Amino acid sequence: MQPLLLSHFAIVSSLGAGLEATLAALQAGRSGLRPHSYPGEFDTWIGKVDALDTFRLDEGLAPFECRNNRLAAMAMAQDGFAEAVAALREKYGPHRIGLVLGTSTAGIEQTERAYRRRDPETGRLPSDFRYAETHNTFSVGKFVARALDLTGPAIVVSAACATTAKAFGNAARMIAAGFCDAAIVGGADTLCSTTIYGFRSLGLISREPCRPFDRGRDGISIGEASGFAIVEKAAGGRLPPNAVLLRGIGESSDAYHMSTPHPDGAGARLAMERALAAAGMAPDDIDYVNIHGTATPVGDAAEDRALVELFGRETPCSSTKGYTGHTLGAAGIVETIIAALAIQNSFMPGSANTQDVDPALRSRYLTAGQHAPVRRAMSNSFGFGGSNCSLVLERAS
Amino acid sequence: MIRVYVEGIGVRGEGLDGWPAAAAVLAGRRDYLPAPVALPVNTLLPANERRRMVTTVKLALAVGTEAFANAKRDPGGTATVFTSSGGDGDTIHNILDALACEQIEVSPMRFHNSVHNAPSGYWSIATKAVEPTTSLCVHDASFSAGLLEAAAQATVDHRAVGLIAYDLPYPAPLNAVRPIGSTFAVGLIITPAPSEASFASLAVALTQGNEPPTAMAEPRLEAIRLGNPAARSLPLLAALARDIEAKVILEYLGNDTVTVSTTPLPLALAAQ
Repeated sequence: MQPLLLSHFAIVSSLGAGLEATLAALQAGRSGLRPHSYPGEFDTWIGKVDALDTFRLDEGLAPFECRNNRLAAMAMAQDGFAEAVAALREKYGPHRIGLVLGTSTAGIEQTERAYRRRDPETGRLPSDFRYAETHNTFSVGKFVARALDLTGPAIVVSAACATTAKAFGNAARMIAAGFCDAAIVGGADTLCSTTIYGFRSLGLISREPCRPFDRGRDGISIGEASGFAIVEKAAGGRLPPNAVLLRGIGESSDAYHMSTPHPDGAGARLAMERALAAAGMAPDDIDYVNIHGTATPVGDAAEDRALVELFGRETPCSSTKGYTGHTLGAAGIVETIIAALAIQNSFMPGSANTQDVDPALRSRYLTAGQHAPVRRAMSNSFGFGGSNCSLVLERAS
Repeated sequence: MIRVYVEGIGVRGEGLDGWPAAAAVLAGRRDYLPAPVALPVNTLLPANERRRMVTTVKLALAVGTEAFANAKRDPGGTATVFTSSGGDGDTIHNILDALACEQIEVSPMRFHNSVHNAPSGYWSIATKAVEPTTSLCVHDASFSAGLLEAAAQATVDHRAVGLIAYDLPYPAPLNAVRPIGSTFAVGLIITPAPSEASFASLAVALTQGNEPPTAMAEPRLEAIRLGNPAARSLPLLAALARDIEAKVILEYLGNDTVTVSTTPLPLALAAQ
């Protein structure tokens, strides 16, 4: 594929608001997870963005009021993102900027609230409930387009936990096909009862902070996050210092099971191989892999197998889900940004909460952060439905 | 503008039971006769997976299976684009209803069926396809967005793409805030170059709303078009059914539209 320039990032997660806070937490080994009790005597750990409870949308965006859009708005307010998009609008025109976002549950938290306020007689939803602006999967796309004053092609991808990694693929194709000249890629996923109780029903949530690759790992911790990246053609023009390029995207399907990954990691391996092929690189070219690593017994084992088969046992890798929790549909953008931070800061994050690495897992798993040059990094995101995506990032030389 | 080729169609809608029957109606060779949507049993899936299928999945798999059969193309080796304005309404309603109860119990099967990409997941299991698949949502513009993505993917990645668009009515109380008139789904197999099975070319362009979307002349078909995001494809299907050169304007975002110029294939090839 033609390399694309990732010219700007913005992020909010339980690690904090902005790139600086995110990097500082990763470097200090400070997890954003903390205990939370849900009704029904369900105690777990979550990665919550506290400031969201009181964050308010601008008046003109009031119809979009819901936790998920507030989270997206909060991310857009970080890292000079709105200003960078304003410059992008000047450069290309608002009609030539694509918007490719991802979410798994959009603003369903708002619908959960509305269902608790149904008319006891008729069962009707309250009259202030706005479906298109909050519940619909596209709501975050509609909201961000309005907030950033963008009028180009817009889509929301919703492929479970691979969503915001796959969004880079949609954006790359949209740019290559000439439907736009640049794109905003990212998305948001918010803590909600649907995912908390849904993952609980599958027995996939840990009661402790999640421990990726640990011998005693017993499930995920759910977090909320939003992140954005500006994607432009890299060809021509001088690249800014410390620029990060998107060099390869690989997508695959497990064709195995709706909610369990293929135990051989075959789909994961295929996604990684395709990303390397698209980048024209060999496994040895990769300095660090930010893995999916959700801390489920089966998922981590399958990914480890794929990693060892492809990279051998020397390539450093880690999951940062012990820091952020599994941010579901936002995991792709969050971890792409973390991989970019690794490149820009010559720092490979470790794995929060992982005490005792499972001896059955054989890849070179980093429990502690390491300062070392990272020229090329891979980021893995896998999801329900057997949906897999790997991205290859590179420091522009 | 990008040019792609169509080599197979599948369709399910009220009174539009499969492409041959629907094409006869859309081409004006047969009168439109409303009838409930019949969903065939999918025999590709193992029995235990088939039992778990919800309506969106049945619907998407039905049109996908028909489109690939008509194209005589192996679905197992083909990338797919799924697009829908909503997930499975019954599943989402049941989960939301359970979450509003005092004692919260969510069914694990319901939860995995609630993801927007459930049809894509079941499709890949059924067809053993490990090729890339994406699942999109652009509210009322979901069909046009899916067509843009499928055409872009065919052109940029030089591969065949199965586009599957589907939507069905929500149950109460969601149907009051999101009325969808009837069940509709369409599958289109799109290729970057003509194949033996191709019968039309599509020139797909993003256009800035100077003309309104093309409407259906038959009022009941027009009601289906307006009532279901996937059925916004009907004017395109009608042009393909009539096997004529036509310019179809499809609804997209705001005032923007997607313009599709259809050309029957012998003509398209002669022009090359």
